[in-house]
Amino acid sequence: MEGVKQFDLAVTPLRDVNRFLHREAAAAGVRHVHIANADGAHSIAAGCHAPLDIVVDGHAGYYLGGMNMQANITVHGNAGPGVGENMMSGTIRVGGFASTAAGASAHGGLLVIQGDAALRCGISLKGGDIVVGGSVGSFSAFMAQAGRIVICGDAGDALGDSLYEAVIYVRGQVRSLGADARFEPMSDADFEAVRELLHKAGINHDAREFRRVASAKSLYHWNADANQEY
Amino acid sequence: MCGIVGLLLKEPSLREKLGELMAPMLIGMTSRGPDSAGVAIFTEPAKGGAHKISLFWGEGSADWTRLAQEFAAQFDGKHRWMGTGQHATITTKAAPDEIRAWLESSAPQIYVLSVGKSIDLYKDIGAPADIVARYGLNEVQGTHVVAHTRMATESAVTPAHAHPFTAGEDFCLVHNGSLSNPHLVRRKLEPLGIRFVTDNDTEAACRFFEWRMREGDDLTTAVQRGFTELDGFFTFLMGTDKELLIVRDAFACKPAVVAETEDYVAIASEFRSLAHLPGVRHANVFEPKPEEIYSWKA
Repeated sequence: MEGVKQFDLAVTPLRDVNRFLHREAAAAGVRHVHIANADGAHSIAAGCHAPLDIVVDGHAGYYLGGMNMQANITVHGNAGPGVGENMMSGTIRVGGFASTAAGASAHGGLLVIQGDAALRCGISLKGGDIVVGGSVGSFSAFMAQAGRIVICGDAGDALGDSLYEAVIYVRGQVRSLGADARFEPMSDADFEAVRELLHKAGINHDAREFRRVASAKSLYHWNADANQEY
Repeated sequence: MCGIVGLLLKEPSLREKLGELMAPMLIGMTSRGPDSAGVAIFTEPAKGGAHKISLFWGEGSADWTRLAQEFAAQFDGKHRWMGTGQHATITTKAAPDEIRAWLESSAPQIYVLSVGKSIDLYKDIGAPADIVARYGLNEVQGTHVVAHTRMATESAVTPAHAHPFTAGEDFCLVHNGSLSNPHLVRRKLEPLGIRFVTDNDTEAACRFFEWRMREGDDLTTAVQRGFTELDGFFTFLMGTDKELLIVRDAFACKPAVVAETEDYVAIASEFRSLAHLPGVRHANVFEPKPEEIYSWKA
């Protein structure tokens, strides 16, 4: 296919591949990049800022697609800690599972994890969307400020602890909610949001099976009488 | 930061390649632990009830020939010595406690790395690749290994502070993380007559688990007790002559990845240390869940 650039990380150093993605792809008119033999390397396709379609074969290490802007990145494998951390826009799709802190601090874009996400998924989320096909580990959405997380499976302990304005939609069991997180009724807009995100993620579930978790906002203002018991 | 590495070979024909498969795993974890490394190798037990004792010559240049002569004058029977640089292994039917006492008085520059019927232990300071080359660790054979690359955060960089730690016989532990109450654990164990050889936090965990096993717990039960007794961050990987076990604390801050096939169970802090293994593309790859105990029989 014209405009497709192939890399093999068993042959080409990762730094060369990322330099191509950052600086050379646009000038060369390349829109599609295929990266073979990820083999757990760190920071694959981190820092992209062009509308590239990037396909990664194998299991990725830390920070795959970190700080991503505009690129659409697909991993045929698992992703290590911090996949899509601080993503600004674009899409990252993980075919397998994601390790800890998936989508940490993401400002925009869409992160789709077909399998499970480990602990701290969406920690400090700042506006991105995350759809997890499986379950998420404990402390997910901790201090999440904006954005949406759709969890098709279960959630571990302390889901949404100290949430700000981010909203969580969860389909399965929640082992425990974190401080100041609460279940709230689903509105029509919530059902529509879940439908839209599942559609974008290519995951098929009935939006009516999801529950909304959001902030009770009782931590928004200092309460001297709370005696640190939240 | 540190790197952990474990490999258990289910397929007997692979056991002669244990070192060949393990060495790239260990070297792959260099960036997580560039200052020291160690490897515990479990083999078929020594014959005739003999013990294997791994030794490290701490101060000065090693003279294992002279030590072997002095040893032979002290202990009856046949003893087999294998010395490489600062490291040696004795295979002997002499009682380990008597050997330990004799070494303390006659050769205090030497310390005991491990005692058991199956375990051989190597650890030293330096880059993992250098340590592999120094001791020929890419050629070892056996059923399973527990290995570690260290980036020291809480105590000195010396061979004794490197992992794996051992206690008792045929038991070792490596740790990625840090404990916040090792002194409490130590103050509990020392009055029971349990002696520590370093000020390292991991040694407290190692001696705690070994103490529990001597009190009758199996390793899994001992680890369950550890959830309340040991405070801090940990991914612990442990080996006995019979099993390989991994556990992570409730927060799972320290990574671990397992790849299991019909032929092996391979464990590392990160997948990049597993990527070279045969058939890993079709392995069952997963991360151990927090506070779940995973063990495999050797």
